[in-house]
Amino acid sequence: MREPTLWILHILAGIIILIFLGIHMGIMHLDTILTSLGVGYKNPLSWSSVLIRNKALFFTITYILLLGAALYHGFYGLRNILFELSLGKSAQKAVNWLLFFVGLFLFIYGGYAAIAAYVI
Amino acid sequence: MANGTISKPENRLGIVGWFYAGSFSFERYAYILHRITGLGILLYFLLHIFGSSARISGQSSWESLMHFLGKPIFVAGEYLVFIAFCFHAMNGIRLILGELGFSIGKPGRPVYPYRISLNRQRPLLVVFMIIAVIFILLGGYDFFIAGH
Repeated sequence: MREPTLWILHILAGIIILIFLGIHMGIMHLDTILTSLGVGYKNPLSWSSVLIRNKALFFTITYILLLGAALYHGFYGLRNILFELSLGKSAQKAVNWLLFFVGLFLFIYGGYAAIAAYVI
Repeated sequence: MANGTISKPENRLGIVGWFYAGSFSFERYAYILHRITGLGILLYFLLHIFGSSARISGQSSWESLMHFLGKPIFVAGEYLVFIAFCFHAMNGIRLILGELGFSIGKPGRPVYPYRISLNRQRPLLVVFMIIAVIFILLGGYDFFIAGH
């Protein structure tokens, strides 16, 4: 893909992360404040809360979406930083392929966990 | 430019140049912090993929992992990640607004007194940093006061 396309995807992934990681952070780390406002639930890390999220299709789909967006956004950012260190062409290609395959593996692994949690 | 590779001038300063390469503005320090928080969040996220996957192994393995991660050192580390997220998200919104041209202003003739885009961008950065601090404080309340 051309560099401008990769950059636009980086920004779009950032917007997706902003929305869904914002929801995730709110549920996980602002739970007492949100429940006092009548939103969300307490003890989000308890097994009963985990089960509720596991079995909600909204969370399964958005976890996979967030996983893909975050892996792309994070690895593209890392690639930008690495490319700044005056890497040669062959090293740049090696970084591209390494990040692609590591990202693909993590997407399949995390996606499998989200689907398995929903199905089991 | 070959596909997937980029030609750039030699980066002689390397990572040292992130921290000082001349007179840096407030925005430049936000840029460095954006990188550092981004790398920190990425590292946490990669571990988080494996950690959160423990939920498919059943209640006992989930609860033993949560018991292990409930130690104060991990809670403090998690709060650092929360701080990094608040900063990275708020600064990221500012960067996207700049990217889309909202904080740049319309081009005009250079007539005295000159108006520069920094006149718009600096207040924007200050506003987003204030919002980030509010979220960081709310998170701190939830992490260390209300949650325990």
